[in-house]
Amino acid sequence: MIIPAEYYLVLSAVLFFIGVFGFFTRRNLVSLLISTELMLNAVDINFAVFNAYCYDHLEGYIFTLFGIGIAAAETAVAIAIIINVYRNMKTIHIKNLRELKD
Amino acid sequence: MELAIYILALPLLSFLILGLVGKNLSHKVAGILGTLSLMVCTVIAYSVAVTYFGAGRSEDGLFPTLMPYNYTWLPLGGNLSIDMGVLIDPISVMMLVVITTVSLMVHIYSLGYMKGEKGFQRYYAFLSLFTFSMLGLVVATNIFQMYVFWELVGVSSYLLIGFYYTKPAAIAASKKAFIVTRFADLFFLIGILIYGYYTQDFSFTINESILLSASAVLPLALGLMFVGGAGKSAMFPLHIWLPDAMEGPTPVSALIHAATMVVAGVYLVARMFPLFVGYAPETLSMIAYVGAFTALYAAVVACVQTDIKRVLAFSTISQIAFMMVALGVCTSTDPHKGGLGYMASMFHLFTHAMFKGLLFLGAGAIIHAVHSNEKEHMGGLRKYMPITHITFLVACLAIAGIPPFSGFFSKDEILTACYDYSVIMGMFMSIVAALTAFYMFRLYYLIFWGKSLYEEQLNSYNSGIIKEKPHKPHEAPICMTAPLVILATITCFAGFIPFGEFISSNGHAYEIHLRTEVAISSILFAIAGIVIATIMYKSGESKLTKAINQSCKGFIKAAYRRFYMDELWMFITKKIIFNCISRPIAWFDKKVIDGSMDMLATITQRLADFVRPMQSGNIQSYSVWFLSGTLALVLILLYLM
Repeated sequence: MIIPAEYYLVLSAVLFFIGVFGFFTRRNLVSLLISTELMLNAVDINFAVFNAYCYDHLEGYIFTLFGIGIAAAETAVAIAIIINVYRNMKTIHIKNLRELKD
Repeated sequence: MELAIYILALPLLSFLILGLVGKNLSHKVAGILGTLSLMVCTVIAYSVAVTYFGAGRSEDGLFPTLMPYNYTWLPLGGNLSIDMGVLIDPISVMMLVVITTVSLMVHIYSLGYMKGEKGFQRYYAFLSLFTFSMLGLVVATNIFQMYVFWELVGVSSYLLIGFYYTKPAAIAASKKAFIVTRFADLFFLIGILIYGYYTQDFSFTINESILLSASAVLPLALGLMFVGGAGKSAMFPLHIWLPDAMEGPTPVSALIHAATMVVAGVYLVARMFPLFVGYAPETLSMIAYVGAFTALYAAVVACVQTDIKRVLAFSTISQIAFMMVALGVCTSTDPHKGGLGYMASMFHLFTHAMFKGLLFLGAGAIIHAVHSNEKEHMGGLRKYMPITHITFLVACLAIAGIPPFSGFFSKDEILTACYDYSVIMGMFMSIVAALTAFYMFRLYYLIFWGKSLYEEQLNSYNSGIIKEKPHKPHEAPICMTAPLVILATITCFAGFIPFGEFISSNGHAYEIHLRTEVAISSILFAIAGIVIATIMYKSGESKLTKAINQSCKGFIKAAYRRFYMDELWMFITKKIIFNCISRPIAWFDKKVIDGSMDMLATITQRLADFVRPMQSGNIQSYSVWFLSGTLALVLILLYLM
């Protein structure tokens, strides 16, 4: 039985908007980071699904792998920044991080 | 004649040096520097005069008009250009001599008078600036150069009147002098521009054909120029600045507000004289009437002033008015047929500069001795200040018109010219001359005769009524009395200069001959004035004086307040001009011009206030906007497809 592509797409859309919602509403830097990861993963799923169902080559999968790799690197950098922010400001709540703005 | 440029250059140089590095010089060095440069300048001026008049007349019987220097300074297109140069002709040479002489006397005198004053170097710098500008004015080769220097003398007069800049009265007086003369100069400038536009020429040379074609506007242009001259020469009703200008140091009053700058207006009319006579005789008679009225007005006011410098100021106004009248009554350029006034006016300018300078310097010595300007603090000074007394008396006799002092000769020529014009004018000016004698001798008696305030105070000190020992009046130091003596000597003998040999309205030699009936009547008038003054004031204010004062109290008070001319001007400016013109303009400026600019700024600011919150720096709100924007675009695209 082949799972129809729409199922995957619905999953990815739901995942993406959960990420968007989290990105808009969370005030914690780590939560924001997790939300962006969710959005990235939703995109990755889309790449894989479209490659599997509508395309003969491998570019979609390769792109997914790149996406995962970049996501990992980005997470590492972001976490490092967040830790440094915490060390300096003793907080990672986004409301309190206004130094660069003012 | 090429030396003439140094007459201008030296005072300018001394102004620059004293103005720039004067602060580092000691008082003595600065004073001597200024005086020395002027002394050299005077010597050059005399040598120029001697060479010029010594060279004699050219073949046409006139003294040549020389222009050793004349450079185009500002070409205005066409034939019109503004030149800068040096013009040597009889009246400019005469003025050079007058200015350098009086200025030198004032420089020497100020060494004593201004001793130890704060800003001594500044004072000498300004004196040099003034001398430079005044000399530049008289040697101007064209009317525009004259105007440039005209304004420069105005500035230096402003600076010197306001020399004591910590005194509010001095500041007010300097502003008043500057604004009033500047107001008059506006008309002068308009006159010059009209003249330049229609004749395509600013120079004093006369070109008959061009002038004839412009003859319709010439009376207007010359009349406007005369308004400028009237402002500088304190003709009624623009005279209001001169009495107040006495707030300046006294030697400055002697130099600027008695001898030289105030006669610039007379000099201007004399310079333009051929034009006035040839093309604007009605303007010339207007000048005569303005002058005659001013002479009477100032003489009456001078009779009741209590501040000795104010008396001298009004006397100056009156005497300058005499010169104006003399020019105004000319009806032709021939001195034998109605052109005598020109020579008389220049002669009077010359003698007046000497004796009025002397009077002011004498007044300065008196003020120096008693530390006051008011007549109440004087009286009986003849014992304490013999030299000042004698020289002052000489000047009083000269201005009253008693022979053989210089004033007699020049005033007599003026009166003769007036009688030639009309008998009424002659009688009128004779009466003013009698008034002159009266107020000058009133002043003389009030200062030098009567009870001495010092003796009174000394008596009450000796009997223990007052504690403080009074200050004894003393004769001025030698550097102040020497100029007095020199000027007095000139005053005694200047009348015998054959002035008509050098200057006359058509340039040909004119032999001065006294007309017996005019001479006798003017002497009688002068003596009458002196006698009345003697009766009224010789021993203080007698009973008769008090009775007269009592009987015409209102008139005397009005005269003392100068017939409310200052109040009238104040009313015109403050009430009428400020309220009707200035305030509406100010309102328009504030509300409409500023308002429209303000509105632009306000709109921008409001807009900014509205836009600014969007740029919060908050990533999350940005992303919300971003997402909503994307969604909106997607929806639009979907709809379009």
